Amino acid sequence: MGSKKVHKGSFESSLKRLEAIVESLEQGKVSLDEAVGLYEEGIQLSRECAEKLRATELKIRKLAKSVDGDLDVTDLDKE
Amino acid sequence: MSVEKQIVSVSDITRQIKMSLEQRFPRVWIQGEISNFKHHTSGHLYFTLKDEGAQISATMWRNRVASLLFTPEDGMKVIARGGITVYPPRGSYQIDVEQLTPVGMGELQIAFDRLKQKLAGEGLFDESRKRPLPMFPERIGIITSETGAALQDMRTVIARRFPCVELILAPVRVQGAGASDEIAQALREMNRHGKVDVIVVGRGGGSLEDLWAFNEEVVARAIFASEIPVVSAVGHEIDFTIADFVADLRAPTPSAAAEMIVPDRLELLELLRNNEYTMRQALAQMITTNRERIRSLVASYAFNRPKDMIREFVQRVDELHRSIGTNIAHRYERAAQGIESLVKRIRGASPRSILRRGYAIVRRGESVVTLAQSLKCDDEATIELQDGKVVTKVQ
Repeated sequence: MGSKKVHKGSFESSLKRLEAIVESLEQGKVSLDEAVGLYEEGIQLSRECAEKLRATELKIRKLAKSVDGDLDVTDLDKE
Repeated sequence: MSVEKQIVSVSDITRQIKMSLEQRFPRVWIQGEISNFKHHTSGHLYFTLKDEGAQISATMWRNRVASLLFTPEDGMKVIARGGITVYPPRGSYQIDVEQLTPVGMGELQIAFDRLKQKLAGEGLFDESRKRPLPMFPERIGIITSETGAALQDMRTVIARRFPCVELILAPVRVQGAGASDEIAQALREMNRHGKVDVIVVGRGGGSLEDLWAFNEEVVARAIFASEIPVVSAVGHEIDFTIADFVADLRAPTPSAAAEMIVPDRLELLELLRNNEYTMRQALAQMITTNRERIRSLVASYAFNRPKDMIREFVQRVDELHRSIGTNIAHRYERAAQGIESLVKRIRGASPRSILRRGYAIVRRGESVVTLAQSLKCDDEATIELQDGKVVTKVQ
């Protein structure tokens, strides 16, 4: 919990979870204790997603044949 | 004068014909209809070009076949460019085709329509098999020329809209000989090794010939076989390619494809802000509601019962206290009255008051004498009267 790290592949699931949290909070059918917990989780998720969106550098790599003839992914500009 | 017979061998004459024909027709353009079309396992093409009155054999070597924009078929009208050659072992002449083009653009169109009809019949274009694109792709496969504008356009758009993705490029030739095979191969490789969420295959705009690779059956089948959703992005907004029909989504241009496959981060950031606002509002509302509830509970009848009960008890105690007070006073009064009457009665019963009424108490020594016979002659007796005692002697 409370990990600052943004996990790969988590954007969609994070956003889904966030939407679910917003919905439960909006419906207000949870206890206040639960609501506070959900709120904290939601804000955390929201911050993580935003952090991810603020990434500035687009990564691009190339699918190319490696030495053993297998396909590999290599950085585009390092050739 | 007799005609001098000049006798030559078959080979000689064939060589002369060969030289003569090949020098005379080093390059010709022949229009005709294809028949007896054979695609040999060696890769070479053998066919006959014919019209109403004649026919000529044709060969096309493998290295040139690769540059064909279409698949020749019997009955197709074509223009063949090449030189006339003679094949001495058979004594036949033929055209060595360097380039084969369908007659007019109409023929390319026919090839296109034929393939389209065929693939449609097989269900390759069915809407029902089109897959939705991932909402938030993490890795995007791009199959296009490494040096083309298409790649730059897509990079620019994705970098602006949603830079938190990784692009995996499979560089291919997008036109000319072998382009379609490279594209098909790249589609298969991207599926196997790319670990991508979506594939874009495309190139910038160009002439119908330039785009032809995207109208080839191999490409169509490779798109169809892809396990990963494919977006086609072939130049040119107006024209559709076969690839467009098979793809899960057709984008009119590479830039448009980029717009379609990634969301806009500004919109997402806005969405996140809205979510945070909604959450804050909802929580604040809950806190307010709960506070109200506490307030109303505090004010409620039930909550105030204990206080009321205490008040009632206090009141009762006060009452009891008061009633105890009156009770005691009352009793005291009654007791006092009783005592007074007793005193009166006691007073009435006192020997002194009897003495006052004329009675006397007779004592012998200390004891009171109540019977005459208790006294004998000469006994000394004390008679007590109202005002004092006299001592007498019994006679």
